[in-house]
Amino acid sequence: MSDEQSPMQEAKQLVEQSDYAISIRGLRNVFGEQVIHDDLDLDVRKGEILGVVGGSGTGKSVMMRSIIGLQKPDAGDIEVFGTHVLDEQDADGSIRSRWGILFQGGALFSTLTVAENVQVPLKEFYPDMDPQLRDEIALYKIALSGLPPEAAAKYPSELSGGMRKRAGLARALSLDPDLLFLDEPTAGLDPIGAAAFDELTQKLQQTLGLTVFLITHDLDTLYEICDRVAVLADRKVIAVGTIEELLATDHPWIQEYFNGPRGRAAIASQKRKEHKA
Amino acid sequence: MGLVVNHAFPQHDPMVTEADFSIDTRDDGQQMVRLYGPLNIADIGDLPQRLNAINGAVAEIDLSEVQNIDTVGAWLCYRLARDHDARITGESADAARLIEAVGNADNGGRIREKRPIPPIYAMKLTGEAVVVALTSFVGMISFFGALVRSFFSVLIHPSRFRIKSVVRQFELVGVSALAIVGLMSFLIGIVIAQQGSVQLRQFGAEVYTINLVGRLTLRELGVLMTAIMVAGRSGSAFAAQLGTMKLTEEIDAMRTIGVSPMEALVLPRVLAGIFMMPLLGFYACILAMIGGGLLCWVGLGIPPATFVQRVQEVVPLYDVWVGLVKAPVFGAIIALSGCYQGMQVKGNAEEVGLRTTAAVVQAIFMVIVIDAFFAVFFTWIGWA
Repeated sequence: MSDEQSPMQEAKQLVEQSDYAISIRGLRNVFGEQVIHDDLDLDVRKGEILGVVGGSGTGKSVMMRSIIGLQKPDAGDIEVFGTHVLDEQDADGSIRSRWGILFQGGALFSTLTVAENVQVPLKEFYPDMDPQLRDEIALYKIALSGLPPEAAAKYPSELSGGMRKRAGLARALSLDPDLLFLDEPTAGLDPIGAAAFDELTQKLQQTLGLTVFLITHDLDTLYEICDRVAVLADRKVIAVGTIEELLATDHPWIQEYFNGPRGRAAIASQKRKEHKA
Repeated sequence: MGLVVNHAFPQHDPMVTEADFSIDTRDDGQQMVRLYGPLNIADIGDLPQRLNAINGAVAEIDLSEVQNIDTVGAWLCYRLARDHDARITGESADAARLIEAVGNADNGGRIREKRPIPPIYAMKLTGEAVVVALTSFVGMISFFGALVRSFFSVLIHPSRFRIKSVVRQFELVGVSALAIVGLMSFLIGIVIAQQGSVQLRQFGAEVYTINLVGRLTLRELGVLMTAIMVAGRSGSAFAAQLGTMKLTEEIDAMRTIGVSPMEALVLPRVLAGIFMMPLLGFYACILAMIGGGLLCWVGLGIPPATFVQRVQEVVPLYDVWVGLVKAPVFGAIIALSGCYQGMQVKGNAEEVGLRTTAAVVQAIFMVIVIDAFFAVFFTWIGWA
C-alpha cells in the first residue's frame, strides 16, 4: 500500500486537527449597490448544532453559499476545518468531501432515482469504490434518513415534499461528512413532519458526531435541537449564544423575534415538554 | 496481504494511515479478524474487497485497535459480522453506536426495480408505445377541440382577447424569423437554379431554369422550408415555454385565478402561427426567386428584367395560391403540436427536453404528410 496520502485522507486529518468547524472573518458581500454583509465574523464549534436566524434578506443563504463556494465574497476570509476555502491554492476541493449540503427544495437530480442521487458524491470522490459496497452504502444512508426501503428505487417526482427532504439529507450524508449544512430543513413541512425531521437531525448529529450549520425560521427547531443560535442583522452577526443568552441582550430585533407571539408559543410548548419529561 | 498471519503480537504502528486487518487463530482454533487503522471512507481503499475474500468462518472481529470509525467502516464491520455470524469485540463507544445505527438501517431494500425478461419487456415497450401513440392522437384532437371552443368563447367575449400577447407572438414567430428565413430561402433559390441549369443544359433548355425556380419555390419549397424553419424555431420554443410553466405550476396558478391557459397562452401562439406562416412563406418565395434570378443573371446571362418577364409568362397565378393556402394550415399544425406537447409536461426537467423534441418531430412529420395530400388534391382539381 502506498505511503502517499490521498487528498480525501488529508482532508479527514485536517478535520481532526482543527479547533473550529467554520471560522469567518471580515466577510463582505455586495450585490450591485446593496451591501449584504460587511465585516461579518462567525465561529462554528466542532460538534455543535448552530442555528442561524435573521429576517428575510439579511443574507443567511448568501453566507452559506459563501462558505460552500457558490458565491465569491468581495472580501474576508473563511476557514473550514483549517482550510482557507477562498484561497484556491489551499483549497483543492477535497475539503468538499467533508461537508454535505441539504438545499431548501432538496435539489435532487430529477432524472436519477433516490439511490442514484445518493451515489453521485460517492462516484465523484471515490470512483474506485466497489459498486456493491456503493449500493449498500446508498441503502443504509437512505434508511438512516428515515425513508422506507422502497423509496430507494423511486424518482424524486414520485416522492412527497417531506420524503424529498429526507432523500436530500441522505445525499448530504453520503460521504460521511463532518459538517452538515441545512438550509431551512423544516420549511414547507407539516408540524409533525417538521418535529420528526428535527428529531432525525439531532439523532444523526449525535450518532455521527456531526457539526450542523442550520439556517431556519422555525422557532421550534431552535428551541428543540440548536446548541447555539447566531443572529444575522445589520449586515453582520450581531449575537451568538444560547437562546437564554440571546434573550438577555436588548437588541430590538432579537427581543421581537423571541418574544413575539410565535416565540412565546415555542417557549410554552418547550416548557410543556420539559414538564412531561 | 491480509490473508496471512503477519503479526505474532499485533502491535501496530499507532499512526498507520490506511485501514487494514490481520487474521489470527484463537486458542479454540477459530479465526479472529483484527481490524486496525482508521476505518473511514477516505482510508478503506480496497479493504472491502479483501474482507469479502476471507475464506472460512470468522468467529470474532476485534476492533480494539481501530483508531476512528465512520458509518462506512461501521457498515464493513456489521457486514462482516452478519455474513460470518461473528461476534464484534473491543469496540469503542463510538463504534458500537455507529454499528448499531447501520445495523438498524439494514432493511433489505432494493436499489433497482426488477427488470422483466427481455421478450416480455420488448412486448411491454411495444404495447406502451402503441398506447402512447393512440392517446397522443386522441389528445391532439381534443386539444384542438378545446382550442376551437376557446376561440369561439373569445369571439363572444372580445374583451377577453389578449391583443398584446398576440402581437408579441407575431413578433417572435414572424418578425424575428425574417433574417434567418430570408437567408435560407435566398440560398435555396440559388441552389435550385444552379443544379437545375446544370441538368437542363444537357438538353440545351437552360432557359427553363426560370420555370423551375418560379414554380418550385412558389408551389412547394418556399412554404415547406419556412414551415420546417418555424417548427424548429417557434414550435420548440412553444413546447419548452409551456412545459417549463407547467413544471413551475404557473399554469395551475393561472387556472385557479380563472384565466384559461387556452385563451391566454395557446390561442395567441396558434394565431401567430396561422397569420405569420403565409407572410413568412410569401417572403421566402420572393427571396428564393431573387436568389434564383441572381444565379440566372450571373451564371446563364439572363438579365433580371427578362427573368421577371419570363416568370410572369410561365408561372400561373394559381401556383401562388397553391403555396399560400397551405401556409396557415402548416402554421396551425406547428403551433398546436408545440403547445400540446408543452402542456403534456409533468415531472421533471428531462421531460421538457423530450416533449420539445417530440413537438418538432411531430410538427415536421405532419407538415410533410399534409403537404403530400395537398399536392394530390391540387393535381386532382387541375391546378397542376
